[in-house]
Amino acid sequence: MKDRPLSGIIVLEFCQYLSGPSAGLRLADLGARVIKIESPKGDACRKLAIEDLWVNDRDSLLFHTINRNKESLTANLKDENDLSKIKKLIGLADVMIHNFRSGVMEKLGLGYEQVMSINSNIIYTEISGYGATGPWVKKPGQDLLCQAKSGLMYTSGNESDPPVPFGLAIGDIICGAQAVQGVLAGLIHVYKTGVGVKLELSLMESLLDFQFELLTTYYESGKLPRRSKTNNGHSLLGAPYGIHQTKDGYIAIAMVPLADLAEAIACEQLLSFGKKDIFSKRDSIKKILAKHLAKQTSQYWIKLLKAKDLWAMELLDWEKLRFQSGYQQMELEQKISLDSDLLTTRCPIRFDNQKLYGEKAAPDLGADTDKIIAEFGL
Amino acid sequence: MKLLEDILILDFSQFLSGPSASLRLADLGARVIKIEKPNTGDICRQLYVSDVEIDGDSTIFHAINRNKESYQADLKNPDDLSKIKKLISHADVVMHNFRPGVMERLGLGYEVVKKLKPEIVYASISGYGEEGEWKNLPGQDLLVQALTGLPFLNNNSDQPPTPMGVAVVDILAGTHIAQGILAALFQRTKTGKGALVQVSMLESALDFQFEVLTCFLNDGQQLPQRSKVNHAHAYVGAPYGVFKTSDGYLALAMGNITFLGKLLSCPGLKDFADPKEWFERRDEIKQVLAEHLATNSLEHWLSLLEPADIWCSEVLNYEQLMQQEGYKVLDMELVVKTTSGKEVKTSRCPIRVNGELLRSEIGAPSLGYHTEDLKREFGI
Repeated sequence: MKDRPLSGIIVLEFCQYLSGPSAGLRLADLGARVIKIESPKGDACRKLAIEDLWVNDRDSLLFHTINRNKESLTANLKDENDLSKIKKLIGLADVMIHNFRSGVMEKLGLGYEQVMSINSNIIYTEISGYGATGPWVKKPGQDLLCQAKSGLMYTSGNESDPPVPFGLAIGDIICGAQAVQGVLAGLIHVYKTGVGVKLELSLMESLLDFQFELLTTYYESGKLPRRSKTNNGHSLLGAPYGIHQTKDGYIAIAMVPLADLAEAIACEQLLSFGKKDIFSKRDSIKKILAKHLAKQTSQYWIKLLKAKDLWAMELLDWEKLRFQSGYQQMELEQKISLDSDLLTTRCPIRFDNQKLYGEKAAPDLGADTDKIIAEFGL
Repeated sequence: MKLLEDILILDFSQFLSGPSASLRLADLGARVIKIEKPNTGDICRQLYVSDVEIDGDSTIFHAINRNKESYQADLKNPDDLSKIKKLISHADVVMHNFRPGVMERLGLGYEVVKKLKPEIVYASISGYGEEGEWKNLPGQDLLVQALTGLPFLNNNSDQPPTPMGVAVVDILAGTHIAQGILAALFQRTKTGKGALVQVSMLESALDFQFEVLTCFLNDGQQLPQRSKVNHAHAYVGAPYGVFKTSDGYLALAMGNITFLGKLLSCPGLKDFADPKEWFERRDEIKQVLAEHLATNSLEHWLSLLEPADIWCSEVLNYEQLMQQEGYKVLDMELVVKTTSGKEVKTSRCPIRVNGELLRSEIGAPSLGYHTEDLKREFGI
């Protein structure tokens, strides 16, 4: 896509790991020019590999996944000469994002007030673990730890399970996504008024917002959410909501009226339960259902349920998913321009019927330093 | 001035994905009008959850739809439809999450709406895209989780695939459509041109997994292996996980196993000196740690780990969380008043703007509460 919504916008990313950089990635895909400002050591994520996968002898596959479509400028922010170059660059930028611990940017001379005196119409975005005040400020703002504090670990799994974390960095990702929303709203505002904006987000507030339905229900009822004894799908939802084992796999069944379900899968025992029982007798219903569904294959049940337009789906792993033509028609995968082949996913948002690809590989540390210094006369 | 001052959004969407996006846009200052059908309205009103309801609507409806107005219209009635079309000519954004083809059949597809208002930002959330063979499948959170492999990332390997217990796909699709709408609004501010913005729950659920999917796509397509013991992330080595102590649970993130062994006086960890083994032998390592951590209290372990700057935390439920000073200082709770005057406690927008919390006290509207006022205001 040629003219992207954010073309012409310059974003300076003073971030490491995932929360800030995932925001930078989205802004880059939307058309912004994203420059990572890295210390001479670089974003620590360069050295953080999962499954020991590396793109070259310098950077991990993980770093490449999160930082494609960006540029890199190295600067030692404690060095006055470097710092003055960065300040000049800030004067020309539209957005800056950082996810340092509280107080670090201020010490470097790049706190909000200081930056506003350089560029009064910038969008200054701060991402922290737990906000700017309170007893948790100094605690590490790491995803699993924020999940642990936020109550989220009591939402998945069955009642008898210990706390079950989300197996993905949901705090980082949701906070990064919300930062993008703030930045975009800020850009509209700055364009109309010429006045800059300060945005503050934290993993903790983002994770609480993420649970807003559960929290509102808890505030109202005073009762802790209770996961079901078996096949839990969502602590607030009644039977049959959940994932159920079949003879050869698993199927998910969402909100389906019990009587319709009973008829579709010929399970007479379910007919003895009324509408209100789906909450109060959730565990008994699910137990009966589990026993019944174990008798036949996933395909067998799905066929019956789909025939009645009831909400059900067979569970697929990635291998099976990737084999489906429905998946292939989506054209979600993209090749990154590198010597070696690297496959990743594209931006999930489409504009004017066009998919947004961003195949430029993540930059080597400092790859664009000289170019940017020359381009902007820093 | 609010960031999205003077932006008018007509939201035809239901349940969570679309409405959670318009909630955020309302928080940021946009004016959001829900277009709802007579009698039932947004089906989420009737989606009773844990038998908890407020003013006859479910608690979650109130959480999702605060700070919005409600306009009632039967889109199959020509008179109502022509009023909606007039309303569209005043709007900046039209959004919906109907199945593909529904808005077109109602005469409110993008091409029609664009003629009514050329600079409109028209946004849709589908379940599985608007072309492709899956386009007519029901776009529901748990089903999209099931299709995209998410349940194979959670819980111990001896447990069945476990879905995430929050409607994560709805919420992420909502954040993505909000991003798209805002990017399009920004573009329009500069160029005067409108745009069509589309998101699907399927693509949002896969984007959510972009790090681990990229791993899968480049490692010879090995499926994720959950750990057997205290699983937290299929792609991260020991000690990453949640451990039971004598009186509560402890979350441990990345840490040096050798150092942990010394710090916690856990001699069993000596056998795992090579960092390369921390991923491959994570189950053994975590088993040793689990047995050791069960022998003493949460407070004891925190008193050793925290001063050494090891990344750890106690695990809290809502009741425990709300007693924490760290929670209170965030001032997350928000009391809103519904149109009938009832107070509802919910949570606020997580983004702070210019040092201020965004808190509107306007609660969710009763069905069609603003219809007559809106007719007068816009002369329709």
